[in-house]
Amino acid sequence: MADVRTETMTVNMGPQHPSTHGVLRLVLELDGETVVSVMPTIGFLHTGIEKTAEQKKWQQVIPLVERMDYLGAQSNSLAYCLSVEKVLGLEMPERVSALRVLIAELQRISSHLVWFGTHAMEIGAITGMLYAFREREILMNLNELLGGFRFFPSYIRVGGLREDIPRGYKEAVKAFLDRLPGKLDEYETLITKNPIWLDRTRGVGVISYEDCCKWGLYGPIARAAGGDYDVRRAFPYCNYDTYEFDVIGASNGDVYDRYLTRMAEMRESVKICNQALDRISPVGAWACDDKRVVPPPKDQVYTEMEALIQHFLIYSQGFTVPAGEAYVPVEGPRGEHGCYIVSDGTNRPCRVHMRSPGLMACQALHKFIVGGMIADVIAVIGSLDVVMGDVDR
Amino acid sequence: MTAEEIIAAIAPAVPGARFEALASSDSAVTPSLLVSSAHLVATCQALQGPGLEFMAFSDVTAVDFHPNRDPRFDVVYHFVSPHRRTRVRVKVRVNLDEPVPTLSELYPGAGWPERELYDLFGIVFDGHADLRRLMMPDDWEGYPLRKDYPVQLRKDAQTYMPLQITQEEFQASMERDRYQRTAPKSKA
Repeated sequence: MADVRTETMTVNMGPQHPSTHGVLRLVLELDGETVVSVMPTIGFLHTGIEKTAEQKKWQQVIPLVERMDYLGAQSNSLAYCLSVEKVLGLEMPERVSALRVLIAELQRISSHLVWFGTHAMEIGAITGMLYAFREREILMNLNELLGGFRFFPSYIRVGGLREDIPRGYKEAVKAFLDRLPGKLDEYETLITKNPIWLDRTRGVGVISYEDCCKWGLYGPIARAAGGDYDVRRAFPYCNYDTYEFDVIGASNGDVYDRYLTRMAEMRESVKICNQALDRISPVGAWACDDKRVVPPPKDQVYTEMEALIQHFLIYSQGFTVPAGEAYVPVEGPRGEHGCYIVSDGTNRPCRVHMRSPGLMACQALHKFIVGGMIADVIAVIGSLDVVMGDVDR
Repeated sequence: MTAEEIIAAIAPAVPGARFEALASSDSAVTPSLLVSSAHLVATCQALQGPGLEFMAFSDVTAVDFHPNRDPRFDVVYHFVSPHRRTRVRVKVRVNLDEPVPTLSELYPGAGWPERELYDLFGIVFDGHADLRRLMMPDDWEGYPLRKDYPVQLRKDAQTYMPLQITQEEFQASMERDRYQRTAPKSKA
């Protein structure tokens, strides 16, 4: 058998491969069907958001950061706003924090539904996608009700929220929260004990918790590997420490455990949303009362000179943020989102940097797939739930 | 844990280093220390030691203070101790053409973020195994996130020749990008 050719084959997967979630290019070296090495190439979606943000006023950055991780848009703006508020030294009223928690958790459900749909479809369960996008459509409609936009409402602002919640919003959210657990049962009936799914996902793409720490992978990936690090618990923001919820984890760290973790996380999010809804009074504060940042109410703008001046100052020059820096981590759908901002005391940021959980996942991709089969690459990428807008920024 | 406590804990393990506790708005959660780039690796080793256990890498980024400050760059590391629920920020101040030692040996997760800084700020990381551009094309000129880099750049449209490399160049690039196999496969 001396003249059997044993050279490896190089396969280019992406950047336009449908299951690489955007534009991720993988150069795979294959020995038969086994992956020998992988070189991920990113940057196809690099839009220089961090550079653009340095030219914008503080409030104008919010739509930009929402476009980084476009599936978890409002986690980004929450991280950014919390960081800026930290430097400004603003304290939010309880109602604002509860509304932010509600919005962030709905965003997590929305992101996980997309993950579930696409992940299931990539492994072959196309029905899953049709189901998940049906429920996500309701969340999009809720966003539209809230901010006029379905994807990027820019509803969370520095200093609070853009405006009060519209009439009927709470009822619509409640109806969705009542509907979702039954639908999640439906998804799980479809997939959780499906033998094909089990064969494709169990024992595939295994990572240990120690590796997760070293490679900077937190969130569902680390929790599925036995970790219990959840920013909502470890470094609470928006009064998360007063909510009752479980940090979901599993122990094997494979694709199947990541699936179980995210499915259970959606149920926990429903629990948190219900608690947040109870705390939101029908009328009340929707922003803090700091005159530097929050524009005065419209009736005052029309009748009082000072309010008019303040209104124009905020909308033309923007507000200044004292020189300083802050990094506030937030538990986003994909793990630790954090926004590091540096101010030099002007009305524009000196630096806005978003920590990207997806970048870390792409970086560590070889940990998951080298030594496995090429067909499992798809399952692994799906289970990591990378969003290339977040990776490339 | 305050920055002073962390400094007191790591100072014996890093002889000769001067630490400075920095004030920041979020110091209640994330205390900040400043250290010289020569002592960065030893400092991070001490941070991983018993009692602190900042085992998890969170993030590294840089800030350009040009033209207001000299040295112009801050390289900012964030580390987490997931089970002790503490965070720390370590800063290194460097100027143009001053390399920073890489942390990718200690924290493998620092590999790509350091490449990103090399790509966007032009900060060189000493000892980095694979220091190439990450976001921008390989033949890009300039470092976009520097303050003296224009926001809008009018460039003439470029035409590229179709990708043509020799077999040797292709082999060399595959060799460079090949990750170490965990267990070498026997070619029996």
